[in-house]
Amino acid sequence: MRADNQARLSAARRGQWRKPVFIERQWLRVALGVGALAYLALALGSVEVNWARVAEGAGRGLNFLAAFTHPDFVSRQGDILAGLLESLTMTLTSTVIGVLLAIPVGLGAARNVAPLPVYALCRAIIAVSRTFQEIIIAILFVVMFGFGPLAGMLTLAFATVGFMAKLLAEDIEDLDARQVEAVRATGAGWWQVMNHAVQPQVMPRLIGLSMYRLDINFRESSVIGIVGAGGIGATLNTSLSRYEYSTSAAILLIIIAIVLASEYASSHVRRFTQ
Amino acid sequence: MPVSTSIDGLPLWQRRTSRAQWLRFGGWLAGTCLFLLCWKVISDNTMWVFALDAGRQGSDLISRMLPPRWEYASNLWQPMWDTLNIATLGTALGILMAFPVAFLAARNTTPHPLVRSLALTVIVSSRSINSLIWAMLLVTIVGPGVLAGIIAIALRSIGFVGKLLYEAIEEIHPTPVEAISATGASRLQVMNYGVLPQILPAFAGISVYRWDINIRESTVLGLVGAGGIGLALNASINSLAWSQVSVIFAMIFATVLISEWISARVRHAMI
Repeated sequence: MRADNQARLSAARRGQWRKPVFIERQWLRVALGVGALAYLALALGSVEVNWARVAEGAGRGLNFLAAFTHPDFVSRQGDILAGLLESLTMTLTSTVIGVLLAIPVGLGAARNVAPLPVYALCRAIIAVSRTFQEIIIAILFVVMFGFGPLAGMLTLAFATVGFMAKLLAEDIEDLDARQVEAVRATGAGWWQVMNHAVQPQVMPRLIGLSMYRLDINFRESSVIGIVGAGGIGATLNTSLSRYEYSTSAAILLIIIAIVLASEYASSHVRRFTQ
Repeated sequence: MPVSTSIDGLPLWQRRTSRAQWLRFGGWLAGTCLFLLCWKVISDNTMWVFALDAGRQGSDLISRMLPPRWEYASNLWQPMWDTLNIATLGTALGILMAFPVAFLAARNTTPHPLVRSLALTVIVSSRSINSLIWAMLLVTIVGPGVLAGIIAIALRSIGFVGKLLYEAIEEIHPTPVEAISATGASRLQVMNYGVLPQILPAFAGISVYRWDINIRESTVLGLVGAGGIGLALNASINSLAWSQVSVIFAMIFATVLISEWISARVRHAMI
């Protein structure tokens, strides 16, 4: 490493300076390059493309892009409004329920406050909830709870638990131990330590993450409708499969607008709490 | 800290002023009312007859899923390979497109504020639309298959990679950039020697992270016809072959765990 630097310096004095490479070991660099090329060739070879179909669809794609210039908010107004209302209510209730459930799970998944068996259980819950896509959970919940927003809400709440609990546990694991010790030194019990030493330290982050999750839940609520779990996704799916592109464009624009608004609001809330 | 006095004139400590206390109470009340209202909307739209026997349905489902029909796994290698390709090629394509967009969106490298807002619009619209919606769209445009999946993943990745990358670009040290420009380097040379080396580690980390997320997302793209293992999942669910569904779930679980492990290792090695 040192000798390498020296060599580079003396080369630079002779006017032959070269940029240092990103991966230093040469064999690794070559192996990675060759591997990537081989994979690319294999992968591209196995992708089957029906070019006739693509050419046929290109016109449709242009139509869709053109639809963004004249989105049609009016002709399916009722469906769009109903879908939106369902999405928004699902988003809010699932976030509230999910965060409430995530707090105990997150506490249990933090190694510095929970005993080992509880820790293992809570980490398992987190792993299961994080691995599966919302839409897969939605399929199972639709089978169990029937079509409609209830299944969607439970799906989002379940996904929220995994997400929030993981981040909360990480936050608890690297909090400032001195404050915990100070409160414990006054003879406080477990609950009091949680309430007066842990909670004040993680609260700002918890609020920020909840706002962020609200945002994610809204975005997700727009897709789980595809499998029948309620929300704007069902409306969007129908409009797309009917080739009513101006309605789809309107729905997409509404989704983008709401996501933007909520992102803006959450950045404000985060600034306010920190 | 607000201090009020008791009747005897003794000072009493209070955590909040009474105005702050009322405000907090009002906020909680409004929040609870909103929550209950939303719950009512959901409850009105739910057929409770179907929801109430969820426990029975759930145990029924599990009994159909177990034992998994492991022989079915041999049919899954091809879809799994497709899923991997969708995620990897999609990520690569997305990164290729996100790279210039991030440079145009970063405040310190953008050629013009107007270009910057355009690039930010691209990033926001790509980020707010889920890859499944992109896939749904692309299936109607380019037809069902792996290609739609790759493009969907790529379009979704632009926003994610672009956002994290332009934030990294905005946070670079200005001194190397200044040093390079002082030698009389052109704009591109400044980028190449002043900016690029500073963001390369962040860029590699972001790409691997996004690849990991994309593996996860590409497992379900088949539900709307965009290829991969999701197609097999959809077919098994539609034919109510729940013992095959559980095999697919196990497969997805294993793949996601492995990809997460790889991405964690790579990111660890780079930092």
